[in-house]
Amino acid sequence: MVKEELANRPDNTAFTQQRLPAWQPMLSAGIVIPGFVIIGLAFIGIGVALFVTSQSIQLLELDYTGVEQTSPCFKCSDPNAKNCMCELTFSTDTLFKGPVFFYYGLSNYFQNYRSYGVSKDDDQLSGNLDNFKSPSDTCAPYEYDRNNKPFVPCGAVANSLFNDTFKLYQIVNGAKKVVPLDGKGISWWTDYNIKYRNPAVTPLKNAFNGTVKPLYWSKPAYELDPSDPANNGFINQDFLVWMRRAALPDFRKLYRRITDGDYAEGLPAGNYSLQIAYNYPVLSFEGRKKVVFSNVSWMGGKNEFLGIAYLVIGSLCVVMSVVMLIVYAKFKFPEEE
Amino acid sequence: MLRRRLNRLLGGDERRVDSRTIYVGHRSCSATEAFIPPKFCDNRIVSSKYTVWNFLPKNLFEQFRRIANFYFLIIFLVQVIVDTPTSPVTSGLPLFFVITVTAIKQGYEDWLRHKADNEVNKYLVTVLEDGGRIQKESEKIKVGDVVEVEEDETFPCDLILLQSSRDDDTCFVTTASLDGESNHKTHYTVPDTEKDLESLNATIECEQPQPDLYKFVGRMHIYKNDQEPTVRSLGPENLLLKGATLKNTQKICGVAVYTGMETKMALNYQGKSQKRSAVEKSINAFLLVYLCILVSKALVCTTLKYVWQSKPGQDEPWYNEKTQREKETNLYLKMFTDFLSFMVLFNFIIPVSMYVTVEMQKFLGSFFITWDKDFFDPEIKEGALVNTSDLNEELGQVEYVFTDKTGTLTQNNMEFIECCIDGFQYKYRDASSELDGFCVTDGPVSKLQQKAGREKEELFLRALCLCHTVQVKESAEQGQGQRDGLIDEVDGLGVDGEVVHPLQEQRGFIASSPDEVALVKGAMRYGFTFLGLESKTMKILNRNNDVEMYELLHVLNFDPVRRRMSVIVRSKSGDTLLFCKGADSSIFPRVRREEVERIRMHVERNATEGYRTLCVAYKILSAEEYAQADAGLREARLALQDREEKLMTVYNQVETGMSLIGATAVEDRLQEEAAETMEALQGAGMKVWVLTGDKMETAKSTCYACRLFQRNTELLELTVRTLEDGGRRREERLHDLLLEYHKKAVQDAPPVKAGVTRSWSSAGQDYGFIIDGATLSMVLNSSSESNSNRYKNLFLQICQNCTSVLCCRMAPLQKAQIVKMVKNSKGSPITLSIGDGANDVSMILEAHVGIGIKGKEGRQAVRNSDYAIPKLKHLKKLLLAHGHLYYVRIAHLVQYFFYKNLCFILPQFLYQFFCGYSQQPLYDAAYLTMYNICFTSMPILAYSLLEQHICMEVLLDNATLYREIAKNAMLRWGPFLYWTLLGVFHGLLFFFGVRFLFSNPALQDNGQVFGNWSYGTIVFTVLVFTVTLKLALDTRHWTWINHFVIWGSLAFYVFFSFFWGGIIWPFLRQQRLYFVFANMLSSVSAWLVIILLILLSLLPEILLVVFRKPRGPHARQIAAVTPLSYKHLKERE
Repeated sequence: MVKEELANRPDNTAFTQQRLPAWQPMLSAGIVIPGFVIIGLAFIGIGVALFVTSQSIQLLELDYTGVEQTSPCFKCSDPNAKNCMCELTFSTDTLFKGPVFFYYGLSNYFQNYRSYGVSKDDDQLSGNLDNFKSPSDTCAPYEYDRNNKPFVPCGAVANSLFNDTFKLYQIVNGAKKVVPLDGKGISWWTDYNIKYRNPAVTPLKNAFNGTVKPLYWSKPAYELDPSDPANNGFINQDFLVWMRRAALPDFRKLYRRITDGDYAEGLPAGNYSLQIAYNYPVLSFEGRKKVVFSNVSWMGGKNEFLGIAYLVIGSLCVVMSVVMLIVYAKFKFPEEE
Repeated sequence: MLRRRLNRLLGGDERRVDSRTIYVGHRSCSATEAFIPPKFCDNRIVSSKYTVWNFLPKNLFEQFRRIANFYFLIIFLVQVIVDTPTSPVTSGLPLFFVITVTAIKQGYEDWLRHKADNEVNKYLVTVLEDGGRIQKESEKIKVGDVVEVEEDETFPCDLILLQSSRDDDTCFVTTASLDGESNHKTHYTVPDTEKDLESLNATIECEQPQPDLYKFVGRMHIYKNDQEPTVRSLGPENLLLKGATLKNTQKICGVAVYTGMETKMALNYQGKSQKRSAVEKSINAFLLVYLCILVSKALVCTTLKYVWQSKPGQDEPWYNEKTQREKETNLYLKMFTDFLSFMVLFNFIIPVSMYVTVEMQKFLGSFFITWDKDFFDPEIKEGALVNTSDLNEELGQVEYVFTDKTGTLTQNNMEFIECCIDGFQYKYRDASSELDGFCVTDGPVSKLQQKAGREKEELFLRALCLCHTVQVKESAEQGQGQRDGLIDEVDGLGVDGEVVHPLQEQRGFIASSPDEVALVKGAMRYGFTFLGLESKTMKILNRNNDVEMYELLHVLNFDPVRRRMSVIVRSKSGDTLLFCKGADSSIFPRVRREEVERIRMHVERNATEGYRTLCVAYKILSAEEYAQADAGLREARLALQDREEKLMTVYNQVETGMSLIGATAVEDRLQEEAAETMEALQGAGMKVWVLTGDKMETAKSTCYACRLFQRNTELLELTVRTLEDGGRRREERLHDLLLEYHKKAVQDAPPVKAGVTRSWSSAGQDYGFIIDGATLSMVLNSSSESNSNRYKNLFLQICQNCTSVLCCRMAPLQKAQIVKMVKNSKGSPITLSIGDGANDVSMILEAHVGIGIKGKEGRQAVRNSDYAIPKLKHLKKLLLAHGHLYYVRIAHLVQYFFYKNLCFILPQFLYQFFCGYSQQPLYDAAYLTMYNICFTSMPILAYSLLEQHICMEVLLDNATLYREIAKNAMLRWGPFLYWTLLGVFHGLLFFFGVRFLFSNPALQDNGQVFGNWSYGTIVFTVLVFTVTLKLALDTRHWTWINHFVIWGSLAFYVFFSFFWGGIIWPFLRQQRLYFVFANMLSSVSAWLVIILLILLSLLPEILLVVFRKPRGPHARQIAAVTPLSYKHLKERE
């Protein structure tokens, strides 16, 4: 009898009776107002730091699309021009503090186009030889050439690899002095070391037997960097940078860093000349090309948005806390008495 | 002639005049006629929905009729057919899961129904056939079979009683499981049938099946040896209903007239239709809005895509050539597939997971009702039972409560409380006081401690002992012995009442009304014991322990119009006495004026205390008077036409000029805390209607006792009695009364102040409305269609302006009709029915929420209810605490779900403007799939199970809090718009915040740049944190589970992102997220933007909460839901 009763009687536990001990936070003025003040002050502090940092970052942007007739690259903007070279000159009044980062930028270029983005074969790019012979069909229409030979690397992303090259000279007393550009470490470490792999075939060239280089490429993948054999194939740094698709149609990508020799401290004030091998057509889709010199801080490149946003929100918080204080002083306190 | 009568009784409905003819025992009535057995339905009860064969197609069809399931099916098919940004698995798998689980659940439920059906259908019954008894399964009974039923068995179908084992050709039946009346009813065999059923040759002609339990018309032709057939009319007193139980009769034989689904019981059952809660309707409405948002998003994107592509160079830049197939596709087809692709891309705005979460919340949430130990009743050793978890939140939305009376409000356990003899009040105090068991309490002050004369006392008690139709229970064998022993003891012990009483109390009485038993028992306590009726002689054991004998001459039966009953007896001394008892209103005009005043006071006081009062009068009939009465009665009884009317006239003639002896007060014990519960319900803004099959007086006194009617409540009565008062045609009278009441209650009522719901304590005049079944059917089925609608409207308006409504003499189906009428009235209020008997089943099924009381007898109500509780008092907590919390929980759940998916998909939509409308997903597929399943589902589930924005005690103490959520307050368009705007705001903030950050994608201190997946991951991180913290902000009740789940899901998100990005997954085609998350965290800017956006999203919310703090006198009540006021509530405790 007792047992039966026990079996039917609901358990008398805090959980089943919905009586679990609970913390019941209350957003009262006493918490919210000081909270807002603290948050506001903290945000203003961070905002100031961000703003100052961002202001201290030097930035130099040079458009070299060559749309304007005055532009030195105008002659190269003609789609029929082959192996066209042009030269941009610029000068800095003060030391451009190093390390200086050299970016190239494209606008109205949709690397985030869906069909573009899926048009690659990650298995092939991680060095799987089976995918050399028969690339994934996602690579279409850059899968096979007319002779039914597979493109390696296949797909639209790889095919459209940015192929302008730059050389930077400082003009010292009328003579050009080469500014060494460091092409190492411009891509993500994991991309270079893990995600992208060349097939384990030596020489690398043999792995590419029976395949063709992508349509728009002038050199096959295994000859991208003749100076450094470790920078060829799928782990070429420029290739890796390109393969990381940009989020927005106006983007910049890291091209080189200036870290070596005389320029480790930055670009001294003076005149410079940028020699451009102009290969990459952008005018057909009204795109623009530019180069960007910038140094970076702890927060990355120059970005004023963050600093301003923090300052605005911080001050808003403080203002709101003052308003709340007034409201409460006026309406609440008499009621509580 | 029968035709005509049939017609009249059926309200002139020409279509239903068809009658059925039944051949008793399938024997042809005459040799000349060829016997063609008529076709009737078999005796099978079918409540199941599916068979093995049609389960799959039917179930699938029904499931895909749900708008949501159909939508997901379409999305899935689109993904299969068209090249879309996400794989079909992402939507196919959850859909398959949901469909399968639902199908299994429904299949199981149907299997249970099959089992229950089989139990009834395979029950073995005895059928007399071809001279022998055959055991047959119940489902094989055919119309015309002669069925034998033994004591305590239920009738397998509707039977005409042919033969009873009792000498007086009667049998006793209890219809407790049909109409809730637990008393024993007497049914009669058809007169003049032969004892030997084998040779009985008869046909029965009766009306087609109809659901009214109290109506039956038919006639029986008995053929004897080629004589002209005898015709006997059949009425409801000859009909034994399926579902009723045979009592006190060893066995009976009857012929089946209605079987299976045509029995009155089955006709009174309505199919258990799927009940859907108002919240689900809200969800569907919101769903449509979101569907529109979805379609318009897809349309906008498709249009813009083609506008954008029409600019030269944009359609097919050299770096992104089209494939051969794309080039060949027709433009319009391309547009269409693009549209579908966008639909698929944005389809996450309506997630399958919401349905799963809602179902889970309901299913798991209902356990808290089952587990609540406050619902545990030690008497029956059971707690609450949840049959449907779909309606939890509806418990917080109830506007109308329809309650049964007997067994629900009251215990159906009558107790004699006090009586008043000749103006002196006698209250029974456990036989301990005076020798004769009497004690005088508060009589009129001047007569304190006085008693009425002994003679009067005895006369009164004799009246109580004689004026009734009670029978002494004939117990079974061992009971017999016991009883004999008892009587011996009584005889032996004699004088001392104290000893006798407890023993005598065990004596069983059977009566058609429990009041009578209570009165007889009451008289017994005062020393007068009714020993029984034997061959027209009533025996009474009086105070001196002498047996008095009275010859019972006539019983003038009780009827609801006369509202009194009388007996005429002849004492040993030869006096002919008439004893009459009845309602005060029907007795007072028939007794001498001066006697009335002395008693009226007591009666009225007793009535307001909720006791059932009866007045007792008597008169001595002279020989001539008696002779005249006797002749009149006999003549009227034999009348073939208008028998009722004739009898009534004679009764009225006889029952005049009586002298009043006293009054009695009987208490129908209310359920525990019935009054408090009713008060709380009314305080919570619910209207309580009492629907009962019981008599009006009884029901009225119960209403007073439950404080549904108060002393100052003006009663508007619309019953057979008031309709007949005017002496005009009923219809006209009805018309006048309706208009009059409408004027009183609706037009003249002070206009209800806006915003303030009328409360039971408000100053204005309270009205109570009383209607009975007969009048109701006149209102509902008025002769002309236009009148009917008008009456219905008037009736509804009157009812809605009354604080309480009492509907008495209701057939089960009428109860359902009332519920249905209110349910479909303007504003479609949420209704709740509560009852304990099978007579309440139809109303339980009809109402939005049906509650069964686990009464002592019959589980019909419990089985058909949505929730079952052991006692009425539990209703308060069920509604005020559980219902309120469930509603708030689910409302928040629904709103939150829509919100979180809007701000999930909005950035993805906005991204299309920056990616050339190419359907590029912003988030990785894993994030798209996991967002609703893993990252954000658990906190809201925990919230929706555990949240108590106001703690239970406060909810129970302040019934008015229930009004704050009335009328679906949290799921109206206002709150929905608020949540939607919040979602839009957050979505915009997430996307553009990151967009501005990415104006320079070099976000790392090593100058490296972030790509599109980093962009999406930052947005997604902000999103997950914001929606989770938004929920945290709304959580008022943080148990360890909430802490665990909220912080746990955030931690899980971070962990998962590391894990997902930390491995090259061999089954993935593209390693999109490889180290994206880790790289993101290495960027200070990303951290800062995440913190900034989260805080910015939540700040307005915090501000709103602070400023929304209501002020003014009502603040403390209205503020129930806002966090700041919570403090106040806590302080008040």
